[in-house]
Amino acid sequence: MGEGDALARDAAENAARRSYGKLIAFLAARTRDVAGAEDALSEAFAAALAHWPKDGVPENPDGWLLTVARRKASDIARKSRRHQDASDHLKLMAEELASANDNGIPDERLALMFACAHPAIDEAIRAPLILQTVLGFDAATIASAFLIAPASMGQRLVRAKTKIRHAGVPFRIPERADLRERLDAVLEAIYAAYTEGWSDPVGTGLRRRNLAAEAIWLGRLAVSLLPDEPEALGLLALMLHTEARREARRDADGAFVPLDEQDTQRWNAATIDEAETLLHHASRMNAIGRYQLEAALQSAHAVRRIKGRADWDAILALYDALLAMTASPVVAINRAIAVAETQGPGAGLTALDGPARDPRLSQYQPFWAARAELLARTGRAQEADTAYERAIGLETDPAIRAFLQRKRAALPGPSSSSS
Amino acid sequence: MQYLLLIHGSEAAENAMSAQKMGEVMAAFGAYTEALKKGGVYVGSNRLQPVATATTVQVRDGKTSVLNGPYAETREQLGGYYLIEVPDLAAANDWAARCPSAAFGTIEVRPVWAM
Repeated sequence: MGEGDALARDAAENAARRSYGKLIAFLAARTRDVAGAEDALSEAFAAALAHWPKDGVPENPDGWLLTVARRKASDIARKSRRHQDASDHLKLMAEELASANDNGIPDERLALMFACAHPAIDEAIRAPLILQTVLGFDAATIASAFLIAPASMGQRLVRAKTKIRHAGVPFRIPERADLRERLDAVLEAIYAAYTEGWSDPVGTGLRRRNLAAEAIWLGRLAVSLLPDEPEALGLLALMLHTEARREARRDADGAFVPLDEQDTQRWNAATIDEAETLLHHASRMNAIGRYQLEAALQSAHAVRRIKGRADWDAILALYDALLAMTASPVVAINRAIAVAETQGPGAGLTALDGPARDPRLSQYQPFWAARAELLARTGRAQEADTAYERAIGLETDPAIRAFLQRKRAALPGPSSSSS
Repeated sequence: MQYLLLIHGSEAAENAMSAQKMGEVMAAFGAYTEALKKGGVYVGSNRLQPVATATTVQVRDGKTSVLNGPYAETREQLGGYYLIEVPDLAAANDWAARCPSAAFGTIEVRPVWAM
């Protein structure tokens, strides 16, 4: 299949997912029955995924899906109660639409996202639930992206939908007073989907890239529906800054290239510019938050394309602010690296002592890699060797594993050591 | 809970690896084993000889048959295992993903039947 065909197929699939998510959101917002809405539309959605790539996207994709769904439902209406439910859903939808004006289906996907990221829903299942309901990904695809067995992912999704229905989780955008806090959960779920899509072990590249693209699309949707929320802008800026460097993190042979060694020519300038504009816009709203800080960190790294060196003073100040806000051990590790850049590797190592006491980090690869790097730079090759070994054993991405192995092999051996 | 991580991979692909690549993979396995031990989850592990060395034994109607070769001819072969002790399947899957062979072979994660 040619590249053009693949592009057309992707465009058709995207259109089908957009339309599907809108219809699911519209139905579920009225019935609170996410599973019922999925039942009502599943066959029509499958038909769209099969036909649109070949025949092109219909002029009115929402109407096409709805018509096919109603036909399929009436075909099998009396076969089971579930299908009776499905056709009830579709009848309701037809009535709602008839009473609505001609502007098409109101977009309630944001309300659906708020329901999926409601505090009553298990935090770990929020991102998968959004991917399934808003974008129509099946449980098996989501499970493999999140490294969970498909059967248990399926069960957890079903349980979450049952909870939404039975616990009466509301489908609406929260009142202003609660909005910021509740929006955090939505943004967190979108970011979780993005970070899953960002990691790129060999052989899974394409599927994960799609997940990252979908997360960015969800981020754009959130920004378009809540244009005055600085953290929504901050998250989109953060994802775009990261995305701009996707190609540069591998060299021609597919080997991992760390951020400081990336060829800035390979960064996507247009994407960086868009991120900078968003971040600038957010900063004028004077409500700082985690995602704006993280986007600002990426921005301080991105200045290397102009000034030849990242703005490490700014990076350290931003990590200080982020650490005060989150108390996250992961932030503390990155802060220690910034300390090493501004005050020397010895000071960086001292800064790692705090997070080192957190037991969660004993199985966290970046902690060991940072420690190894700083030990090596202070000439403690033997200890660096042990720390690299630990980092290598904890890594899942073969390209990063190979990078760490090269670093370990490059340590001065006992014979050539000056001590 | 204990889980057995069964390492399946293509022996043909393994044989085709350069000595340098093989050295990297072995070093990665060494680091992985160390990480399992230091993480306090390691119970045991072994690497198996190639399937060409396998023998299969069956007893049917009182007759024992001994056949030369593996139980099933497959595209990927069982090459070794790790036995680990972790709280749940999610933790077992996390460790399976870190196994160097996960990048080119397949790791089957099987809970051990508690006796």
